[in-house]
Amino acid sequence: MRLSAVDLACRRGGRDVFAGIDFSLTAGQAVAVTGRNGAGKSSLLRIVAGFLRPAAGRLWLEGGDRELTIAEQAHYLGHQDAVKPSLTVIENLRFWAAFFGNGATKVEEAIESVGLGGIAALPAAYLSAGQRRRLSIARLLAVKRPIWLLDEPASTLDAAGRDRLAGLMQSHLAEGGLILAATHGPLGLNGAEELSLDQTNSSSLAGKVWEAQSGAWQR
Amino acid sequence: MSALTAVLVRDMRIAVRVGGGALIGVLFFVVVVTMTPFAVGPDLALLKRIGPAILWLAALLASLLALDRLFASDHEDGSLDLILTGRAPLELVIAAKAVAHWLTTAVPLIIAAPLIGLLLDIEAPAQAGLVLTLLVGTPALTFIGTIGAAVAVALRRGGLLLAIIVLPLTVPVLIFGVAAANAMVAGPVPFGTPFTALCALTLASLVIGPFAAAAALRLDIE
Repeated sequence: MRLSAVDLACRRGGRDVFAGIDFSLTAGQAVAVTGRNGAGKSSLLRIVAGFLRPAAGRLWLEGGDRELTIAEQAHYLGHQDAVKPSLTVIENLRFWAAFFGNGATKVEEAIESVGLGGIAALPAAYLSAGQRRRLSIARLLAVKRPIWLLDEPASTLDAAGRDRLAGLMQSHLAEGGLILAATHGPLGLNGAEELSLDQTNSSSLAGKVWEAQSGAWQR
Repeated sequence: MSALTAVLVRDMRIAVRVGGGALIGVLFFVVVVTMTPFAVGPDLALLKRIGPAILWLAALLASLLALDRLFASDHEDGSLDLILTGRAPLELVIAAKAVAHWLTTAVPLIIAAPLIGLLLDIEAPAQAGLVLTLLVGTPALTFIGTIGAAVAVALRRGGLLLAIIVLPLTVPVLIFGVAAANAMVAGPVPFGTPFTALCALTLASLVIGPFAAAAALRLDIE
């Protein structure tokens, strides 16, 4: 499976956010999207997830299910956790498992592996920001999808949670998954390529950017 | 459980839990109809004449009450993004959400209607007809309402805008609903003609509503 983009450009509110972005991701590979605030990391992920239309460029997936769009084969983990406060932890996850589901419900197992096993019956209103994030990470485990689009996945997690997330990402890659993650900090993954969106900076930086991109491209 | 059943069950569960909107509609309906005799005075003939109109107006406004949260809450917490990455067509998801909304807000109101109709001097056989018009007509209100809810989804205080968008579209439903109910209560006009038109309006809105709402939501996401 291979996810590729050529010459992607994004325009938001009449402003050019980025242009000329190339990347290619193969099975078992992770790419960390980096860049300053407002560089378009989230927009890039939302373009791949199909929420935004790119202003230019092409995005395609080889080796996936031809019947499905890229978004339908991807998990999107955004800033918002899509957790309903009046439902319990397990009800929230059961809903998404049933909604995305192909019947394969490993809901209890997923709750355990993000460390929320003890509070599965608690209404989600009582969860902390980090616990809500863990609950949305559990969604990625409950239903298998090959592409993970993660927008600052570790932002509200504690150190143990980050280690756990790194472990989960590592095993997703080992199973042949693809990860595209916007991040400011280190992802904790060995061999993750970097895709920098800071193109408008000075020319000395631009060289580095190009190297990073071509690195991602060659794999 | 299929994706659409999951949506239906989730929305109904949220509606009946703390902070959900299930009882607000029926309470509003009961309050408005109860206040009418106090405002109009104890003129039974007059109450009987305007009774169906009052009941229908109250039902219309009550079904709009919780409607602004139909997509707004999903939009705010990111659920809408995830719904778009699902394999179920957005149109059908919207239909499932609308059915859940109808079951939790309109059905309690339809059950309350015969009881509260007594206050307006509507007698038993006429009440059966009135309940029938509400049962057939309220789905149209909900499904037309989904269009407004989808257009207003990204706005902070979309409730009033929703009413302005939706109310003109519901005028035909109101006209034929009240006409059919009046035929049962007061009179000489046949029940069948306006009732058939009401059925047609509902069927049309069941088809048009989800498609229009889905188009609006896709635009909102961008």
